[in-house]
Amino acid sequence: MWLRLEARAAPSRAMRYLPPLVAAALTIVAGFAVSLALGRDPLAAFYAFFVQPVSSLNGVAELLLKASPLMLIATGLAIGYRANVWNIGAEGQLILGAIFGGGLALHLPGVDSRWLLAAMVLAGALGGMLWAAIPALLRSRFNTNEILVSLMLVYVASLLLSYLVQEPWRDPQGFNFPQSKMFADAALYPILLDSTRLNAGFLVALAVVACGWLFVAKSFLGYQMRVAGLAGAAARYAGFSARRSVWIGMLAGGAAAGIAGVGEVAGPIGQLTPSISPGYGFAAIIVAFVGRLNPVGIFFASLLMSLLYLGGEAAQMELRLPSAITGLFQGMLLFFLLGSDVLIHYRVRLLRRAAA
Amino acid sequence: MHVAADPAPPRLALSGIRKIYPAVVANDGIDLAVRPGEIHAVLGENGAGKSTLMKIIYGVVKPDAGEIRWDGRQIEIAHPRAARSLGIGMVFQHFSLFETLTVVENVALALDRERDLAALSRRIEEVSARYGLPLDPRRLVHSLSVGERQRVEILRCLLQQPRLLIMDEPTSVLTPQAVQKLFDTLRQIAAEGCSILYISHKLDEIQALCHAATVLRAGKVTGNCDPRQESASSLARMMIGKDLPVCEHPQAKQGGEARLVLAGLSQRSEDPFGTDLRDIHLSVHAGEIVGIAGVSGNGQQELLGALSGEVPLANAAPVQLLGVEAGRLDAGLRRSLGLGFVPEERLGRGAVPEMTLAENALLTAHRSMGLVRGGLVRPERLRAFARDAIEKFTVKSSGTEAEAKSLSGGNLQKFIVGRELLQSPRVLVVSQPTWGVDVGAAAFIRQALVELRNAGAAILVISEELDELFEICDRIAVLAKGRLSPAVRARNTSVAEIGMWMSGLWPGAGNGAPEGTSHVA
Repeated sequence: MWLRLEARAAPSRAMRYLPPLVAAALTIVAGFAVSLALGRDPLAAFYAFFVQPVSSLNGVAELLLKASPLMLIATGLAIGYRANVWNIGAEGQLILGAIFGGGLALHLPGVDSRWLLAAMVLAGALGGMLWAAIPALLRSRFNTNEILVSLMLVYVASLLLSYLVQEPWRDPQGFNFPQSKMFADAALYPILLDSTRLNAGFLVALAVVACGWLFVAKSFLGYQMRVAGLAGAAARYAGFSARRSVWIGMLAGGAAAGIAGVGEVAGPIGQLTPSISPGYGFAAIIVAFVGRLNPVGIFFASLLMSLLYLGGEAAQMELRLPSAITGLFQGMLLFFLLGSDVLIHYRVRLLRRAAA
Repeated sequence: MHVAADPAPPRLALSGIRKIYPAVVANDGIDLAVRPGEIHAVLGENGAGKSTLMKIIYGVVKPDAGEIRWDGRQIEIAHPRAARSLGIGMVFQHFSLFETLTVVENVALALDRERDLAALSRRIEEVSARYGLPLDPRRLVHSLSVGERQRVEILRCLLQQPRLLIMDEPTSVLTPQAVQKLFDTLRQIAAEGCSILYISHKLDEIQALCHAATVLRAGKVTGNCDPRQESASSLARMMIGKDLPVCEHPQAKQGGEARLVLAGLSQRSEDPFGTDLRDIHLSVHAGEIVGIAGVSGNGQQELLGALSGEVPLANAAPVQLLGVEAGRLDAGLRRSLGLGFVPEERLGRGAVPEMTLAENALLTAHRSMGLVRGGLVRPERLRAFARDAIEKFTVKSSGTEAEAKSLSGGNLQKFIVGRELLQSPRVLVVSQPTWGVDVGAAAFIRQALVELRNAGAAILVISEELDELFEICDRIAVLAKGRLSPAVRARNTSVAEIGMWMSGLWPGAGNGAPEGTSHVA
């Protein structure tokens, strides 16, 4: 017996938007199976994972708080991904954004102006772009693989941050903990909902998603990049520059990730610490694909992914499930999404061994 | 040769062959019988189901229904190896040769058990001498011309002593003289008892060569005949269901200004096995169509890249567009000077397969039709322009939101030609305008080109189809081995002369060219 994939004639438009929903449903079903296998009541697990986290106002605020960096980064990455520019290093660009934005806050402690925050966001975007410019330059100059370069730079960024908070930027009154001073109020996002942690960074994320939508859906430049991603020869035929696609694709992802980095240190964390992101830069890759590389879809996908983070924490506390459960759910979601994508475009045929 | 009471069963007999693909019935109850020693034509337009039928015979595709008999015995051909062991050989339209290997190595790869290359070389020389297919077995394939590569493919089949040889559109890559040589070889092979299935859409060739013909239209058999007894128009009616359309081509107005000038264009090919362009001179004037004939692989790709700006040159001077030295400009900048360009690859170059027709209209028309303002696309204007192209060029589609890949080759070509022509280019470069396009669409496209010429545009057409060039061109030049012949008035030359030039032998070519310089324009 052989398995063979045969192309389907023409997948309908509706089918294109079905896989994320199918993948979400399958992830939940597989989640049931996992909790059964671990000897937990699956209904209780489902409740702890998907309902309890958002059953209070505070829960909803946390959901939006965690969704903000995800939708931000995923929107930036999607712009590149549509042009076949594969920036995998958003996590590192996020860290550089935090270093640039946070560095500004630490070096201007006396400034008490709202413009400080705006300057930090700008500096964060610049930092992220600077980090993304390295793989962009290497790819457009020497045809280096941007996947490897951007990924490896994540670890460089992480070590750079670690050095900064242990040596030059360490808080002298911090009992030797590797962390900076707390930022002044002017360097923090204002809280949107009293007695929650949801801050104005969410609005920044929404604004970036809206700009991203305008770019990919309406702008001529977004169109050119999509042509470059779908058919390189057609882009050359039309006279669209391939190098420009690489640069814009990488820089968009870098800028968005850098802004997300500022959002973390000027938001819930309030200072620079060695670890400022629970892997948002990587989770955002999944968000971008679950959202079909479309900012509107990315908005909803980021809520789902954020729920998985919250649910994973709740499951640890309520059900004593291991902390790896969050990563497991993220992985399942991507796996089921890619699987249903394949099945939308191909059908599986069982073949008996060719009879003579 | 065939007596009425011939008791021998047909070499190959198909009955009721049916093959359905997800979107189309490719073969719908096809009957076909080929006798020993017969050259049998399978005639039909693109998309009529010829290729599917041949793939079924060669064991590449399994039919959904129907019966295959070989020498009267019912059989099933499960894979190409089974077909070869029956004695079926196939020469594909697109060659399957390794360019970096020698002729003998390529042949050895196709024969299942062949280790002794020296002995094989001797056999190749023997067989090639016998059939008039001169070929040196030690040469590397990339150094061979297209015609020579075809010989390798044919030899590879002949060495396996085939009893049925399938030739898929074999003449599309040959000069007229080479076609005659090929026909001699095929007649000799048939005279020795091998049956030949000859697939083509060229009526004159089939009338000259074949003993019998099966005509296909839309997956069904629409005629069985002896092509020697038929006229071209009766064959055409069987093939397309109506008479062949003719193109109105009045005399060109003389004395338009030179709009596209190539002044000593030399360019190294980007492709290691490509052809370098050498000192090309040509001017195309307003109100005329200049054709460039030649077998593909003689520098066509390189010339098109240099003309369109997809491969910008190091110097500006060799390509002059409307008086501007344009050699270093990219494709977009040349287009804004007034250049239109229709490439031969429709999907992936001329159009993005996954995008809608409206989005594909934006590809080249964004500037000239004002479809973008303030960096944003203007959807209303874009749709209106795409609708215009669809209506004026009778593109069959579900509308502006149809994906490019959902269109047939002919309809997509009409859309691309429409998109370029509606921008009123002052210079138009077209490559293989009717390649893989059905007869009706081909006639429409040719007529549209002539009308654009009448409106005063300068048009350059690069095509492998000599008939097409003679139908629409005012002057014709030949591209051979990266050099361009002088352009002569189409009315003062002949297919035979252009055919000879296609092997690089034109007056003044500098390699022992024959005399006769009477009508160089």
